[in-house]
Amino acid sequence: MPPAEIHAEIPQAVAKGRARWRVPAVWLVPLVAALLAGWLAVKTVIERGPTITVRFKSADGIEAGKTKLKYRDVQIGTVTSVWFSPDLKEVVATAQMEKDFASHLVEDTRFWVVRPRIAAGSVSGLQTLLSGAYIGVDAGKSDKARREFTGLDGPPVVDADSAGTPLVLHAANAGSFEVGSPVFFRRLTAGQVTGYQLDGDGVKVSVFINAPFDQHVNANTRFWHASGIDVKLDAGGIRVDTQSLASILIGGIAFETPTGNADAASATEFKLFDDRAAALKNPETDRLALTMLFNESVRGLQPGAPVDFRGITVGEVDAVKMRMAPGARQVLVAVDVTIYPSRIEWQDATASNAGAPARRRRLIDTLVASGLRAQLRPASLLTHELYVAFDFFPAKGATVNWAASPAQFPTQKATLVELETAIASIATKLDSLPLAELSGARRQTLQTAARLLNDIDAQMAAELGPTLAQARKTLAAADRALASDSPLQTDTRQAMREVARAAQAFRVLADYLERHPEALIVGKKEGAQ
Amino acid sequence: MNAAARELYVCSGCSTLSRGGPQGERCPRCGAALSFRKPQSLARTWAFLAAAIILYVPANVLPVMHTEWLTGSQDDTILSGVLYLLWSGSWPLALVVFIASISVPLLKIVTLGGLAASVQLGSTWRPQSRARAYRVVEFIGRWSMLDIYVVAILTALVQAKALAHIEPGPGALAFAAVVVLTMLAALSFDPRLIWDASRDAAC
Repeated sequence: MPPAEIHAEIPQAVAKGRARWRVPAVWLVPLVAALLAGWLAVKTVIERGPTITVRFKSADGIEAGKTKLKYRDVQIGTVTSVWFSPDLKEVVATAQMEKDFASHLVEDTRFWVVRPRIAAGSVSGLQTLLSGAYIGVDAGKSDKARREFTGLDGPPVVDADSAGTPLVLHAANAGSFEVGSPVFFRRLTAGQVTGYQLDGDGVKVSVFINAPFDQHVNANTRFWHASGIDVKLDAGGIRVDTQSLASILIGGIAFETPTGNADAASATEFKLFDDRAAALKNPETDRLALTMLFNESVRGLQPGAPVDFRGITVGEVDAVKMRMAPGARQVLVAVDVTIYPSRIEWQDATASNAGAPARRRRLIDTLVASGLRAQLRPASLLTHELYVAFDFFPAKGATVNWAASPAQFPTQKATLVELETAIASIATKLDSLPLAELSGARRQTLQTAARLLNDIDAQMAAELGPTLAQARKTLAAADRALASDSPLQTDTRQAMREVARAAQAFRVLADYLERHPEALIVGKKEGAQ
Repeated sequence: MNAAARELYVCSGCSTLSRGGPQGERCPRCGAALSFRKPQSLARTWAFLAAAIILYVPANVLPVMHTEWLTGSQDDTILSGVLYLLWSGSWPLALVVFIASISVPLLKIVTLGGLAASVQLGSTWRPQSRARAYRVVEFIGRWSMLDIYVVAILTALVQAKALAHIEPGPGALAFAAVVVLTMLAALSFDPRLIWDASRDAAC
């Protein structure tokens, strides 16, 4: 077929309507792509939170791109890089934070590295054994935004949002507690030690009392070291004081609020006492200082020892010292004591007032006049502890020297010392007995007795010899008579044999008669047996 | 000599030859739209290429895979995956992923861009080489979905809730779009355009 024919056979194409759009619809595709990419970019930029830096002492466990920042275990950021501070002393971790958390990145927000931590009393961060360390965050409450932080060495003791009250305690020493040690109230853990620092000649301890325990803290509250086991051996015997088992190991602080003054003002600074007894000791306002001179050993008497009257503690010993009275020829021991007059019910009501010391003096003078004296007494024979006792003695003459400062109270020698004196005097008397003469007389008596015995001996011996010879002779004769071959023996044996035979004959007769009783009358039958 | 020079149409639907003018017309047998060349071939190619280039950026910057396991989570972009493979010692695997997922889409975009530009400018430079390049681009286009397959399969398989699970990231979507768009661009490009310029020059 020629090409022209072929061309003619090819049918004519049908006309089509004009395109409605000048710009081809396909350009919508890049438009959509651009919108999509733009949206992704905008989203990424918008969702990107702030970048912060946290300084740590070491980057132990922190890895760029891996380590997370978590608040209450929710991830709020990721460490993007870790490098040194310019002076190489610290490590600066840069972290990309979530946008929504940006408002909580404020001045008092705290950061620390959560690692497995086994401290006395608590184990934490064990999950990081598997997941690796992360940076813990405690959101702050401040309004001032911040982007550069310094990390803590360890987890903070108290969360920023814990309800409670921070307090400051002043102690003479830090005892055995450390940061994180518990604070006990009625043996419940009521708070924690958050820190301590040197303060003058003592230690300033910061503690945090959790709600609701903090409502039990007021100006009357007493704090004391509840560290370990407090064993005390004193005039009162052995006392063991502990809080919980944990406090035995890691120490702690306890507090108690004496009841009675419920409306006491609140306070935030307290003194930290050494032990519970010291803390709860009633702060006596009414004090009467006395000094007592003893002319004996005060070994075993310590400051703090009780002063009692018939078992009731009315004061305590403040100091024990030696005193050389001017012009005196002896050295005395001065014991300073403090009496708490408020512990005594003065029947004379006016005398209990601090404003009436004169009346009180008069009363004491009266008592002393009727024999009231101070005496050292052993509290326990085991411990040799001494205490000062007031008691009445049949002693006369002494008075209270109110002129001295402090007033000097008359004393009485200790009972034990008196006993010693008595024994010593007995020994002296024994000593003076004429023992040498006594022993001479005894020797004479013994000699006389010996002589007497010798005389008896000599007289008896002369008589005894012939008597014994005679007796021996008699015995020999008897012996001979009784020998087996003696005529007496032979005769006796023969006689006995005769008797036996006679007895036999008699038995035969008796036998026969029993069977033949008629024989008594008719005589023995011939040939019969 | 070709069909267009004789003003002959070949119907793409039923292969019927028909005569007609330069205006767009319809097949007398099946009614399909007729054209000498793929309609708006260059414009479409450019559009798809532009979209692919735009999306190529998020495809490589955004994570394609989000992995969470017992102790942590991780976002991986294509490049970080390649680097991970390289650092962990399996460089052949790294090479495969790099070629399939990074260089192939890029090469396709560059090649198609070059082809479209040459046609646009009416270049007569080595039409045979350019035609071969087009065939190669069309052939390898389907192999670029490797990453998407991996992510899709891992997402389906690793769903051990608490222990580990994997989710596709926004990058995966962009990457899939790039691959699809480059394939569409290759499809809409009419290789006959390469020869049109040469013939015009030859004539």
